[in-house]
Amino acid sequence: MFRFALRRSAWAIPTLLLVTFLVYIALRMGTDPLASYMRSNPRATRSKIAQYKELNGLGSNYVTGYFSWLKNFVTFNWPKSIKGSREVWPELKDAIANSARLGIAATTVGVFIGLTIGIFAALRPGGKRDVAVNTAAFVGISIPPYISAILLQLLFAVYWSKWFGNTLFPTSGVYPPGQDGFDLVLMIKHMALPTVVVAIQIIAVYSRYMRSSLLDVLNSDYMRTARSKGLSEFRILMRHGVRNALIPVITIAALDIGAIVGGLIITENIFDYPGTGKYFLSAFGNGDFPLLMPLMVIIVASVLLFNLLADVSYAILDPRIRLD
Amino acid sequence: MAWKRFASHKAALVCSAILGFLVLAIVLSPLTARYGVNESVKAPPNSYLPPSKLAWLGTDDIGRDLYSRLIYGTRVSLLIGLFSAFISVFVGCVVGAVAGFRGGRFDDVIMRVTDLFLAFPFLVALLVVRNMFGSIEWLTFIVGEVSSLRFIIFLLSFFGWMGVARIVRGQVLALKEREFIEAARASGASRSYIIKRHLIPNSIGPIMVALTFSVVGAISGEATLSFFGYGPQPGAGATSLGLLVGQAKGAVQTGFWWIALFPCLVLVVISLCINFIGDALRDATDPRMDAGK
Repeated sequence: MFRFALRRSAWAIPTLLLVTFLVYIALRMGTDPLASYMRSNPRATRSKIAQYKELNGLGSNYVTGYFSWLKNFVTFNWPKSIKGSREVWPELKDAIANSARLGIAATTVGVFIGLTIGIFAALRPGGKRDVAVNTAAFVGISIPPYISAILLQLLFAVYWSKWFGNTLFPTSGVYPPGQDGFDLVLMIKHMALPTVVVAIQIIAVYSRYMRSSLLDVLNSDYMRTARSKGLSEFRILMRHGVRNALIPVITIAALDIGAIVGGLIITENIFDYPGTGKYFLSAFGNGDFPLLMPLMVIIVASVLLFNLLADVSYAILDPRIRLD
Repeated sequence: MAWKRFASHKAALVCSAILGFLVLAIVLSPLTARYGVNESVKAPPNSYLPPSKLAWLGTDDIGRDLYSRLIYGTRVSLLIGLFSAFISVFVGCVVGAVAGFRGGRFDDVIMRVTDLFLAFPFLVALLVVRNMFGSIEWLTFIVGEVSSLRFIIFLLSFFGWMGVARIVRGQVLALKEREFIEAARASGASRSYIIKRHLIPNSIGPIMVALTFSVVGAISGEATLSFFGYGPQPGAGATSLGLLVGQAKGAVQTGFWWIALFPCLVLVVISLCINFIGDALRDATDPRMDAGK
């Protein structure tokens, strides 16, 4: 088991290097970092430009350029952003913290509701509840996050205040303008709508996973054994049914991280929420290579990490899987 | 048999009817659209008129009929969806079948690449690759500039084939151990013959399902790109569903609900219908499914 995990993680490092190399090439070709720099800093001196090229590894050769970028990256000698020449790390750190907060809130709410709904649907396949859950899940999948976001914004920003004379849920930012310091109630109010938007997607996907996974389990022999032992229905469902049904769901959950990050990016932009999504799109729009690369490295690393977790967790949770 | 089972899926039948109706409205757009794509409904002041007899679904910022523009926009979006779905499915079938049938190094590499792309946040990958392709001159010479329809179709197909390849590969892996493939091989059929004559026709059910989901994927991909301003610019006031949904952003400040509601509704209805049809197709073509489940 341990050896399997170790071998898997050993593979992750060359993969990370290879993928970041590809991302480096794609961004260099796509955003043209030198031209964006000249555009934002038209009066930069020659030595400044040379320094910028040096720090970002923008030599003429892609391979040596990548390695000089990598050297600066791992020694934390990060270049400053093109626009406004800001430090990258503090900004990135805040963006990740904000995104993580939203992502964790939405995932917790979404997974909890989704799994519960899925269990209820699987109890009577083909029944009224099952059909209702299935249809709702389809509607949820078919509504892209930007559409639910816009419609919710329209409802709460325009119509709620018109009908009831107050703003229940603000539709942008983390705090109202001018707010200083930490305020839990305000933060929750601001996060409510983005959380709902991301959670809708998660609920729709997970209720279906859970339903089909639990249906498979409920039809298996050990369920009949548990029943013939005289265990209570609830105990059978929870101890033998749901626990086993969760195995594939957890694996899929770990692989789904990319989809959740994608949903966050869209949602954050619409709600003007200062997370990685806003960070990415504004940096991308400016062709801001120094801002983009660290974010991409973190995205790639987290995708690989969660892939690894999926494999390992599957092996741990399911005793039937043997690893050499 | 499969058709009977498909027909017993009530929601899918309703969805097919709705979709057929929509397609008919699009094909007959000279008859069904009430105004030209750039035509104002009346002399100014004509901007942001609420829905009325003059303009059934209201007018936009410069007085154009939203209903007519929705028809033109849906036409463009469906075109993008269908074209890139067909390309995705074709490429996905070839790659998936070859990877599954040959196995080995080729299979490993292809599946690793697909895994990685599928795990990556879609919008990030889409935007980065879009710009990269846009900077390659010989490529834009072939598939057009970044804002052209051809380029968008190419870009969405580039991402679309991976999901299909995975499905086809899974099918082929299951099929290739069966006796009739062995029989074909024993009688000296070549690899490409077996793929073309046996493996693909026997996987036609899952391929059809993949096709429907590819259409939805491409339509919503175009809409996502357009929403963030990286979509196609069809030119001369022409529009797409994604561009119309993108205009909805402004409605939140102004409060003109029809600008936001109707384009969103059309997009949701289309993807919902295609999703339902795909699900019914899966049930109908999956031999392991019994009617009770």
